[in-house]
Parts: sequence; structure tokens; C-alpha cells
Amino acid sequence: MIEKLAYLWPEITLFAGTCLVMLLGLSPNAAIRKTCLLVTLGTLALGGILGSNTPSNPDAILPDLIPFGKGMIASVGIILVLLMSGVVDREEEDAIAAGRTSFNPLRTTRAEFYAFILFSLTGLMLTTTADSLIWLFLALELTSLPTYVMVTISTRNTRSQEAGIKYFFLGALGAAIFLYGFALLYGGTGTTKLAELHEVFASGEGVNSISIAGLVLSIIGVSFKIAAVPMHFYTADVYQGASSSVSAFLAFVPKTAGFITLMLLLGAVGWDGGLPEPVRVLLWTVAVLTMTIGNVLALLQGSVKRILAYSSIAHSGYMLVGLIAGPGDGSFTENGLAAVLLYLLAYGITNAGTFAVLASLERRAREGGHEEIDSVEDLFGLCKTHPGLGWTMVLCAGSLLGLPPLLGFFAKLPLFTSAISAGEITLVVILGLNSAIAAFYYLRLMGAALLKDPDALAEPVSHVPFPTRSLAGVLAAGGVVSLSVFVGSLMDATGDAATLGDPGESSSSVEPAEMRPETDLPEAAVTLNDR
Amino acid sequence: MLLWLLMLLPLAGAALVAISPKESAKLVALGTTLVAVAVNLVALFEFDFADAGAYQMASSVDWIEPLGITLSLGVDSVSLMLISLTSLLGPICVLSSFSAITERIKTYFIWLLVLQTAMTGVFAARDLIVFYICFEFTLVPMYILISLYGSTNRAKAATKFFLYTFTGSLIALAGLVYVAWYNATQMAPTAGFESGQWSFDIDTLAVAARSMTAFEQGWVLLALLAGFAVKVPLFPVHTWLPLAHTEAPTAGSVILAGVLLKLGTYAIFRFVLPFVPDAVAEYAPLIAGLSIVGILYAGLICWVQTDVKKLVAYSSVSHLGFCVLGLVALNSTGLNGSVLYMINHGLSTGALFLLIGMIYERYHTRSMRELGGLAAKMPVWATFMVFFAMASVGLPGLNGFVGEFMCMMAAFQADSSWARAGAMGMTEGRLGPWFALVAGTGVIVAAIYILYMVGKVCFGPLREPDQHGHGDHHDEHALPVDLNAREIVTLLPLAVGCLVLGLFPTPLLDALEAPVAQVTAIYQGESDGPDGVLEKFEVVPAGSDSHQDDHHGESHASAAPVAGSTLEEATR
Repeated sequence: MIEKLAYLWPEITLFAGTCLVMLLGLSPNAAIRKTCLLVTLGTLALGGILGSNTPSNPDAILPDLIPFGKGMIASVGIILVLLMSGVVDREEEDAIAAGRTSFNPLRTTRAEFYAFILFSLTGLMLTTTADSLIWLFLALELTSLPTYVMVTISTRNTRSQEAGIKYFFLGALGAAIFLYGFALLYGGTGTTKLAELHEVFASGEGVNSISIAGLVLSIIGVSFKIAAVPMHFYTADVYQGASSSVSAFLAFVPKTAGFITLMLLLGAVGWDGGLPEPVRVLLWTVAVLTMTIGNVLALLQGSVKRILAYSSIAHSGYMLVGLIAGPGDGSFTENGLAAVLLYLLAYGITNAGTFAVLASLERRAREGGHEEIDSVEDLFGLCKTHPGLGWTMVLCAGSLLGLPPLLGFFAKLPLFTSAISAGEITLVVILGLNSAIAAFYYLRLMGAALLKDPDALAEPVSHVPFPTRSLAGVLAAGGVVSLSVFVGSLMDATGDAATLGDPGESSSSVEPAEMRPETDLPEAAVTLNDR
Repeated sequence: MLLWLLMLLPLAGAALVAISPKESAKLVALGTTLVAVAVNLVALFEFDFADAGAYQMASSVDWIEPLGITLSLGVDSVSLMLISLTSLLGPICVLSSFSAITERIKTYFIWLLVLQTAMTGVFAARDLIVFYICFEFTLVPMYILISLYGSTNRAKAATKFFLYTFTGSLIALAGLVYVAWYNATQMAPTAGFESGQWSFDIDTLAVAARSMTAFEQGWVLLALLAGFAVKVPLFPVHTWLPLAHTEAPTAGSVILAGVLLKLGTYAIFRFVLPFVPDAVAEYAPLIAGLSIVGILYAGLICWVQTDVKKLVAYSSVSHLGFCVLGLVALNSTGLNGSVLYMINHGLSTGALFLLIGMIYERYHTRSMRELGGLAAKMPVWATFMVFFAMASVGLPGLNGFVGEFMCMMAAFQADSSWARAGAMGMTEGRLGPWFALVAGTGVIVAAIYILYMVGKVCFGPLREPDQHGHGDHHDEHALPVDLNAREIVTLLPLAVGCLVLGLFPTPLLDALEAPVAQVTAIYQGESDGPDGVLEKFEVVPAGSDSHQDDHHGESHASAAPVAGSTLEEATR
């Protein structure tokens, strides 16, 4: 047990940082409370450095996922934290600044907010290290639980509370479904350890109706986290109800947790000879429905946040294609899992950029105070009025669209290569057509910022007083352009991270060799009969 | 290195425009494009025309190793000629926009220059992904140029243009990636490199793709055509073009007609024909049929147009139909003629759009109902108009004629049944005289609509728009009644080009010979090499059916020189 600590130092760092942030947040001194952001960033930086230097775990399903995953989570996490600075307590601080009230330690909650962020990221990092179903479940819930609160307190609007409630109940439903699935998996196979599951399934014993039902339920439950059909209904309402910064967090963190879970789970039950057929059919259907429904519904939206919410659904559909393709022969071009990791990274950065534009701008609300911008019209002429943010929107929307030579294109290309290598040509064509549908609404976003003139009648938008949000946007836009130049080394890294290990090799090294002839036998018999 | 310079120069110019003051933007843009022309001239001198089929000035840098993507450039004579056309149109487009663009001047010239970089990249790329990046990236500047500087219906036109071509090219990408996968996994052991190592090198993939089964080739052909036929555009996916052309600013239309449409035909020449010969040979009659439908259908639409610009736009659809017809004739006459036609069409149709733009700047209308008899008022303009209209319609002695004639002639010759029966001048192919005959009626239609348009706009009683002359156009005092020196300078190089290519096309055709021969060898077979794919097709013999096999070699030996000599006759 103690040797597992070697993989957990980043999580321990993050947890320690969380506690520190909570303690600092209790301070009656406003200046000390202001250090919370810096402590959070510092913790994440430290966690990222420790994370990328974590040794790989030879017994895990994906041995090198741990260092890559933790590094990726920490780096995107830093952008997200920059983006989420100043989310809660805006009115309170405005009142203090205007001299209407004085600092009251009991009335501010920002430090707790940062603690929630770190808790959630700790959970996300834990999913990469998971070696059993129980661990996976706890890590997933640790990722999700703080986000329910974050959504609810992100603004003072009743909309946020509505979103929080919706998110919480549907999230609980999702968790129940995949917990039930995990239970059935345990019932069908007699183990919760992923490595043992792998052996059981590889030997063919594990494939029975109970374990398959468990798998199906687990996948459907996890599809809540990645916002895939049929568990996607909450997405648009929650993204719109939460403040833009928190929506950016929701679009990356639970999605990453969900995909890592799916990779580990599917890696445990299949892929030496492909996935079990019912699972493959299920994933195929979910992928096609997810990207099509996401894209088509995004066409109909007028709110940028809802557009991005539906596009987030569609992107999950694209990534499922990589998951269906599987690891292939292990080379990067055939490795759909590596494509998914690369896509997650690219999507995380790019999506943070688009939400950063929304989060950096506000306008005076009619009833006093400020309101976030949300409609496409609010983006009109942004390249003229706020060039930095305008170009961030253009570049990030272009990258989400997959326009070469931006990062999004190079993230999509491995999905094409891996799916074609796996023989999923129909799926590739559907993916291509869906990207084309997506062009319509991404063009709207790009065109609004770049081509339109600012709406003269509307109240002009202005910067929020949190420059780190714009910094997050500029970092994301810079990443979208510059990472595409060095995308080769990213591909190497994801390729390594997504290489299947040989879990439990000591006990079962002979078994696969024994199994091979048996599985080949029916085929051979068939070909003989044909002759 | 020269190619990199040629490709990146406009991009550097765009950066320079971005930092220079508004007033000097157009001069910086003009300077950049002129330097590009100079560099292009150097490239033409450096190019060894004796070895025109090989890739020259090649350079290659590893880029994304896990996918085997390299930044590699190189040109054969076909690429070089199309790059030269792009460079030539550069300063012309900049010059033509001097007075037409009055708002957001810097943005305009920046994107115009970026567009030139992307187009040069398409023709110079030796790596499929580099090609694809440039091919796709041309959409962005064009989208911006149309939606910012176009006329009333520009938003719809720009979006339609973007979505049509983007959708098609994503499917084409799937086809291209399939070929790359085939190369890496199914071919690699025989090709002598490590299995599983992907490559996107165009020549490597062309060799690999040819060994795909006919079934696979058929699907890849469909995928590639989905992308490239939209760009050409081939009937029935042409509907974005008239709209985009009509709404685009003048320079946008010039580039669209001059170069962007050629990206489609160039891609067919460079990828479709060498990659999937079995499928192309199988479906050549179908593709030829579609192009002929396009020729006639677009021609008839032109006839009833009242908007001059729309008329020229539809005539592009019709003309590009000839271009594709020449390509799928699959013999040297056709490919040579088609490439020549790409260049000719760029010159003459580009010029027509310039002329219409000049009228639009003066009268703010393009309707034939409101314009007429302008020859009396604008003799210089009318002279150019008649000249380029004649070039476009294919008057012998001007450039349009040579390419158009060769394309039709190639379709006529491409008849295996006649070729195997030993008929003079016929080559292996699946089209034949009927195709040429029907396509030929398109020339008559073209003559009708172009002459009708010229007759209405240039001659007859003078008609001007009602509001004209009330002095409500502020730029009226800026432009003289007839063309000014700047406008004449933009038209002259194109006119010279039309005349020279019309009278002396042989040097250009000779230069194109070698790369074209490489492609035709796949289809027609080589005298001492393997048989071409066209010979696999059974034909209903035109003459006696018993001696078919004996005639094979003979008809080949005789067909090639005869085709060559008729070609020379045609070009004289």
C-alpha cells in the first residue's frame, strides 16, 4: 500500500494546498485572504512539476498516463484558475471599494471557492492514478462534488442556483448509474481491481451478461461527466446558468475525468482483441448521436454559452471516436487513446480561451451591478473594441472548428488516422460531416468578433476588473497558435501516455498466449468449411 | 529556398502592412507583390525546363514526426506555371483595389497578401498535409474579403462559399488519410521501409494508392471529388460560385476565378488522376458527363443573365467544365490542354472581372438593363472588353481557343474502340466523338452569351443608370470617364498574356509536356513499359473484333505521334 504514495505526491501537494487556502481564507485580514489566488497557482505549479515527474506505474492499465495526465491537468488547471479569479463576492468587493461597507470576514467566500477548485483538480488527478473501481468512483465524485457548489455560488443569480440544483440531481443520478454498473461488474467478475478485471476479461471468463450490463451502465453513467447523449440534457442550462469562468471549468474537468475513466475501464475489459461487441455498438451509437445532436442543437442557439455548451457535447462525440478506435498497434497514428488525450489537451486550452473572452467582459445591468455578456451580438466588433480578446475569440473558435494550421486541426487529424486504421470509415465520414456542421456556428462566433461592427445602440461592454482573466485568454490563444508548431512533441508525449501496459504480467504471462489459438480456432474452421 | 521566399514574402508583406500607417498600406502591398513577381521571375530562370517533370527547388524539413508530416516544397512545371499566374495576379489585384476599397484598407490588403501565401503554398506543397493546410486556409482570407468588402448579399455568399468548400474538403481529407493509412500499413513492407511509419509525401502516396483495389479506389475517388469538385466547381455542386463571385469585391472575384478555382482542377490533376487511376478510368464517362452538363447548363444560364458579373461567374462554371473534360480524357492532349486552359482562364476571366469592377466603380450597377453603348463614352474600356470577351469565348489567335480546342479534341480522341481499330490520332479512352460534339455546342452557346453581353453593354445606343450624373457619388471626381493610367496598367499584362499564349502556346506546352507525360503514362501505358489502365476496359469494337489484341501495340505506337502532330496543328 505504501508504495502507492510514490504516485500520489502531486495529489498530496494539492490537498495540502487546499487546506492552506482554506485556512488563509479564514483570516480576518483582507490582505492575507488576497493571497489565496497566488497560493492556489503556486500549489498547482508545484503539483504539475511533481506530477510530470511521477514514475509510471507498470501495473496500471496505462502505465505512462500518470505523469502526462497530471502534468496536463495542472497546466490547464493554471489557465482555469487564472480565468476564475474573482468569481464570487463581486458585489461585496464593489461595495467595499465604493465605501458603502467595510470588510466583513463572515461575508466573503472566495477562499472556499479556490479550495473547491483545488479539491476538484485533486480528484481529477486521482482518476489518472486509479487502479480499482472503488478508487475510480471516489475520484470521480471528488471531482464532481465541488463543481456542484461552484456552479451554485458562481453568481448571485437565481439562474445559477437553478443550474446548480439541476447539475446536482442529474449528477447524482449519473453517479448512481455508474456505481450500479461498477457493482454489477464486481458481481460478474468477482474483483474491483482494474488489473484483475483485465485478466478476467482477457481469459474470456469475465464476458457474461452481468458484467456486460455493468459495463453498459458504467459507460452510460460516465457519459454524464463527458456530457454525451443520453446524459447531456443538463449541459446547456448549467453552462448558461453558471458564470462563464465556471462553465470553462465544467467543460474541461469533469470531461477529462470521464474520458480517463472510460480509457481505464475499457482498457481493463478489452482491446487485446478489440472491445466486446455490445460495448462497441453502444459507444458507436453514443458517439454518432452525441456529435450530431450537439452540433445541430448548437446551430439553433443565440447565446454564446449555450453554443459552447452544445459544441462541448459535440467535441465529446469526436473524442468517443478515438475511444472506439482504441490503441491499435500502439504507434501514435493508430492509437485512438493518444488522439483522445491530445484532443482533451487542445480542447481544454482552446475552450478556456473562448470562455475567457466571455468572462473578461461585462456590461452594466439595468437593475444595477454588472451582468455577464452572453449573446452573439455582444461579441460584435470585438476585434476593434478589444483587439486582444477579439482575436482570442477568433483564434480559439477557429481552432475548435479545426481550421488548419491551428491546434484544433492537429488534434483532429490523429482522430482521423486512428479511426481509419481501426477500419471505422463510416465514423470518420460522420465526424467530417459534423465538423462541417460545426463550421456554421463557429463561423458565426468568428464573424461576430472579426467582421461585424459594434452594436451602436447597446450598452458598450467593458473589461472586468480582473486582468488575470484576459491573461488566461491570451495564454490560451498563444497556446492555440504556438502549440501547433510543436505539436509533434505533444503527439510523442500523448503516444507514450496512451500505450497500454501489461497489468499483472507476473501472474498471467502465459495466459494470453494460450488463449490466442482458441479464439482463432472458430475462424480457421469457418475458412476451412468455405473451401 | 526560393520557393519558401516566394511563399512567405506576401506573409511578411502582410505583417508590414499591419504595422505601416493606413495611407501607405496599398503601396506596401503593391511593393510586396511586385517583389514577389521579381522573385518568381528568378524562379522561372532557375527552373530547368529540360527536366520539367522532376520536382525542383525542393526543400524539406521534418515537422510532425509521429505522423510523418514534413514541411516540403518543390515544383514541377505545372506547379510553377500556376504559381506564376498567382504571382502575376498579385499586383494586379492590389492595383485594381486602389480606389475601390475605401474602408478598412489595412485589413483588406493584409488578407489579400495572406491569401497569396496560401495559394502559393497549395501549388508548391509536396506534402499532403501542407497542401491541405494551405488549401483550407485559402477559405479564411476569401471569407473575410467577401464578407467585409462584398456587395449587398455578401454575408450569405461568404458563408455559403465557406461551408460548401469546407464540407467537401473534410471528406477529401478522410480520403487522403485513408490513402496514407494504406501506404503505411498495406504497402510498407514492399516499399522497403519500416511498417507503420506514416508518410504524407505526395509521390510516395501516389505509388501506394495505385495498388489499392478498384473498390477502394472508387470510394477514395468519391471522397476526393467531394472536396475538389466543389472547388472547381463541377455541376451539381457549383451553386456557391455565382453567388460568391457576384458578391465578392473585384479583386476577390479576380482571385477566385483566376486562382482559387484552379486549386480544384490542380488537385484533380495532382491527386485524383495519379492516385486512383482504375477508378478514374471507370468513372471517366460519368465525370465527363457532369462537366458537359455543367458546360451547357451554365452556358444557358449565362444567356438569360442581366447582371454582367453573374454572367461572367456562370461562364466560369462553363469554362471549368471544359477543363475537367480535358482532364478526364486522360490523354496528353487533354491534360496539356487542361493545364493550359487553367492559366488562360485565369488571365481572361480575371480581366473580365476587372473590367466589370471598373464599370461598377463608375456606375454602381452591373445590370445590362441599365448599361449600354458604353463604347461611345469609354472607348478604351470597350476595346479591352471586346478583346477579353473574344479571348474568353475562344477566338483563334487568342489564348482561350488553344486550351478549349485541345480539351474538346482530347475528348474526341479518347475512344478505345477507335484507337484499337487503328484509327488515326485516336487514343485509349472512354469518351469519344460524341462527348466532344456535345461539348462543342457549349462553345456556340458561349459565343452567343458573350457576344450578346458585349453587344448590349458596349454597342448600341448609350444607356446609363438614371441616378448617374446627379453628382451623388463622391468618388465620381476621382475617376475619369474612361480608364485612367492605373487601370490600363492593370489590364495590359493580362492582355499581353492572352495574346502571347494565343499566338505562341508551344513553349508553354513543351514545358508542360514532361509532368503531363508522367500522368498519361499511367493511363495510356508506355511503349516499352507496363500497359495503361485504360487498356483493361473491354470495348465494343468499331471495326472488326477479331484482331483486337494484335492491334494493341500498333495502335499505341501510331497514336502517340499522331496525337502530337494534330496537337501542333491545333496550336498553330
